[in-house]
Amino acid sequence: MRTHSEKNPVHLSVLINGFVILWLLMAAFPFLWTVWGSFKVELDFFSIANWTNALTGENTQRTHEGAFTAAAYEGAWLQEEFWLAAINTAIVCVSVVVISLTFGTLGAYALSRSTHKYTFWLLITALIFRAMPPVTLVAGYLLPFFEWNLWGHLSTSIIVLVAINQPFTLWMLHSFFQKIPKDLDESAKVDGCNQFQAFWHVIIPVMWPGVITTGLFSFLLAYNDFAVTAMLLAKENHTMVPKIASFLGTTQTEGNVMFAVASVVSATAPLFILIMFFQRQIVAGLTQGAVKG
Amino acid sequence: MKHRTFFWFILPTALSMLVFIAMPIVSVVTQSVYTPHEAVLVETESCGPFGCSKETVIDQAATKSLREAEPLGRFVGLEIYLDRGHLAVDEVAQAWRDSEGISEFISELNNLPFYRAMGFTLTYTFTVAPLMLLLGFLIAVSVNRLNRYLKGLVIFFSLLPMIVSPLIGSLVLFWMVDSRGILGTFLQWVAGDPDLSVKASTSLTWVMLIVYGVWHAAPFSFIVFYAGLQTLPGDLLESAQIDGANRWQRTWHIVVPHLLPLVTFVALIQLMDNFRVFEPIVGFNSEAHATSLSWFIFNDLGGETRLLSSASATSVLTIIGVAILLAPVLVRTWRDYQRKG
Amino acid sequence: MQFKLAALALSASLMSGTAYASCQIDGRVSIVGNEFPAIHAVVEGAKECKGGEITSNLTADHQKINVAGMTGNPAEYTSAIIANSSIVALMNDDLLRPLDDLVAKFGQQLKPNQLIKIDGKVMAIAFMANAQHFVYRSDILAKHGIETPKSYEEVLAAAKIIREKGELEFPVGGAYKAGWNLAQEFVNMYYGMDGKFFEPGSAKVSINNGKGIAALEMMKSLSGYMNPDFLTHDSNATNAEYRAGNVAMMNMWGSRAATLTEIEGIPQEVKDGFAISGPLTVGESGKSASTLWWDGFTIAKNISDKDAEATFKAFMNGIAPSRLNEETKPLAVWLIDGYEPTEKAKGVFNAANMQTKPYPMQPFMGLLHSALGGELSDFMQGKEDAASALADVEAAYTAAAREKGFLQ
Repeated sequence: MRTHSEKNPVHLSVLINGFVILWLLMAAFPFLWTVWGSFKVELDFFSIANWTNALTGENTQRTHEGAFTAAAYEGAWLQEEFWLAAINTAIVCVSVVVISLTFGTLGAYALSRSTHKYTFWLLITALIFRAMPPVTLVAGYLLPFFEWNLWGHLSTSIIVLVAINQPFTLWMLHSFFQKIPKDLDESAKVDGCNQFQAFWHVIIPVMWPGVITTGLFSFLLAYNDFAVTAMLLAKENHTMVPKIASFLGTTQTEGNVMFAVASVVSATAPLFILIMFFQRQIVAGLTQGAVKG
Repeated sequence: MKHRTFFWFILPTALSMLVFIAMPIVSVVTQSVYTPHEAVLVETESCGPFGCSKETVIDQAATKSLREAEPLGRFVGLEIYLDRGHLAVDEVAQAWRDSEGISEFISELNNLPFYRAMGFTLTYTFTVAPLMLLLGFLIAVSVNRLNRYLKGLVIFFSLLPMIVSPLIGSLVLFWMVDSRGILGTFLQWVAGDPDLSVKASTSLTWVMLIVYGVWHAAPFSFIVFYAGLQTLPGDLLESAQIDGANRWQRTWHIVVPHLLPLVTFVALIQLMDNFRVFEPIVGFNSEAHATSLSWFIFNDLGGETRLLSSASATSVLTIIGVAILLAPVLVRTWRDYQRKG
Repeated sequence: MQFKLAALALSASLMSGTAYASCQIDGRVSIVGNEFPAIHAVVEGAKECKGGEITSNLTADHQKINVAGMTGNPAEYTSAIIANSSIVALMNDDLLRPLDDLVAKFGQQLKPNQLIKIDGKVMAIAFMANAQHFVYRSDILAKHGIETPKSYEEVLAAAKIIREKGELEFPVGGAYKAGWNLAQEFVNMYYGMDGKFFEPGSAKVSINNGKGIAALEMMKSLSGYMNPDFLTHDSNATNAEYRAGNVAMMNMWGSRAATLTEIEGIPQEVKDGFAISGPLTVGESGKSASTLWWDGFTIAKNISDKDAEATFKAFMNGIAPSRLNEETKPLAVWLIDGYEPTEKAKGVFNAANMQTKPYPMQPFMGLLHSALGGELSDFMQGKEDAASALADVEAAYTAAAREKGFLQ
């Protein structure tokens, strides 16, 4: 493709570059705006009186020395202990990714290597399971979890997130495994490996890009989840998203919107780093798996 | 693979789904055909900081014996599915008899909460999916032609809308699109109407939700298509060029067919996710203008008095809806399987 | 809020010095409740007790988990902090224990009006009160020679003047967000019209009448002076409008009014003009168009007597009159003995003095509230008339009440 791109006629280049710039503006502007606004006071952030206040920071200047203040970050991280939520999120995400991938690779490998008819129905069932709205599932968990003293712990939410995420993981990994020739594990078995050894020593090493891509989607699911973590975690175990939601206050009680804004920015920062790091792998993974229906 | 080996491999994933998804589904289906017992009401005096008043309460002793006799509740069959809060068969029949034309019938239908939610859910699902596929494709093709050094940066920014939690993403946009916010002011300037308010109008709220949906989902199709483009057979393109095919012909006859299998995958996931649209409705405070099936469930579960049977019935209807939506894709997958098997 | 929490931390540290050394408990205490500074203060006080294990889970989602958390045996939570609307869900499932014997043994400090009695039995202990009342900008009203409005009719007249003078385009604010908030405004207005929600002694709803229509028409007229986005404005957004100086008059929660001008960056004229009065009236009835609310604690039925006693004693320490000091007083309108209302608590006190009705505790009120929240927005947008909107509410309520077994 690159050879072609060098021959792009001028008008096409302009069109393409213009489109990319427009898209980048759409994709990134809301975040840049939020980052900018997070260093202001609430009145400037919402700028209900006049939208230019958000740029000039008129009200911020009145209360703080300059047009920027890190008060919201200080409040959220130190006073409201947002770091605790960050640690909880880290624990939940790492565990969900590791467990989902373990369960998922085993299951998807089996599904891709078995030729029996029931594999199709298993995949379809998994898909139907994915149709269930998480809100309903979570409401159903409450009673038994309280009854068995499982409610509120990080481990409970982790296993629930793993389960909810299994259908997607299975489908994605299944399409990756199908791309890997069956001769590979057959020859390993001829060499005296059993099925699991073939899976572990021969298949997994060539599967890395696919595993990383799938893992990234699991990570995003756990990182961004609200329904499960808000309802199944005790207050002190809350992850970042429910913590941010709790800054917003309720009908009868005052919240602190600027803490929420600062936390939103803080919660997005690790994702930046993550994407920087794994960008190549995701694309490589998707290329190799060429996820197909 | 032997059944036995297969069993051990599939066990962890199957078990987790069985316990945390299949069992709740069974209980949800059960719950949707049972309702709580008739409450025995008594009038009593209740007193508090602001004086005494007559209040109606549930006679617990009388209700308890009912509960113990049938712990699941009253069996009502499909009654909940058919009541006004859901399929509303009586009301729909009534509206059909009374209305004098199809438009009046539709407006009557719109007055029923379930159909109103369904109307938005379907519109959302069927507009967001094609638009996000198209936008994702355009971005993928454009980015693929970019300079190698620019690519990394562009990909990184392009993924932002997808990786941020939908609740937070919609909240940020909601703040910006306020009639005094930066986007709201911009729109007023574009439309030349200083009183324009997106949040006050039903149709503009729908547009806003759909635009948000496309914005949020486009990076997903972009990254999948972009990956697909990397495996594009170069020799095929080359030979097409030699044969005199122009740029559009090459795109249309080679690139698009190559990406078609990926479209199925993206469309499948998207249809399913969009049918369950929920967070944007909460984030955009759009209950007055647009509701969805998932929001409906959330609302039933979130009130002071929770409507479990109603929420369960809506959940079952959601699953059925998704199954119908996915039917064509499933049939295709089945044929693929037959061919391979 | 920042100030509040700092004050709270300070008060907690001050008090730990003078803490009730005498508070000894023997049992498990586990509290679930909403999250705001006043409740934090109470729970902090409860945690000063020694001898038992005291845990708390204070979260805005408390209502979604308290029923499940008190259902098991023994229940996870020994106590739920609730309000008069949310006690109903716990009562309906028979999860609360009568507190009469505990009050007799350990509750000497309680005033009679703190006891929530249902059918003669004490089911909850209230410790703070709340109500919606009028909040306005005294400077703007004075500038145009407007007397402080006492009724919604006067608010409309004042709004007309303020708009015509070009002072503000949308002088009226209100938490009219579709759903719970909008329904709450209807409840206020309907009570102001002296309406009754249900036929006496039954769960049969009756709001589709002249009073209901009049209430809706008044809400519609008010909305004409509100920001056109009013159906998306909850109390957060309404407060933000007031803070930015865009709104001169609004009906706001007492618990929110106290902190209204305390955040950073509020223009000086808004701070100076900030004023509160009591609830407004509407129509001829002279009744207050608002509802009174209390927050209090309950104790679970499915726990041992020992744990119940420990929980009760811990709460008695949490709401002890001696804990009222300069830091805790402004946090809420306390019902605790010895509390003198601060200036900002005036609105809620006026509400009580005007014989404002408490928010109803009927087991099916929550269903009606949800039905109102879902069906009234069509009317507010002018898509249907008041009578058919109310008919829709009645139909939606009836379907829900049938499902829950309240109606046959």
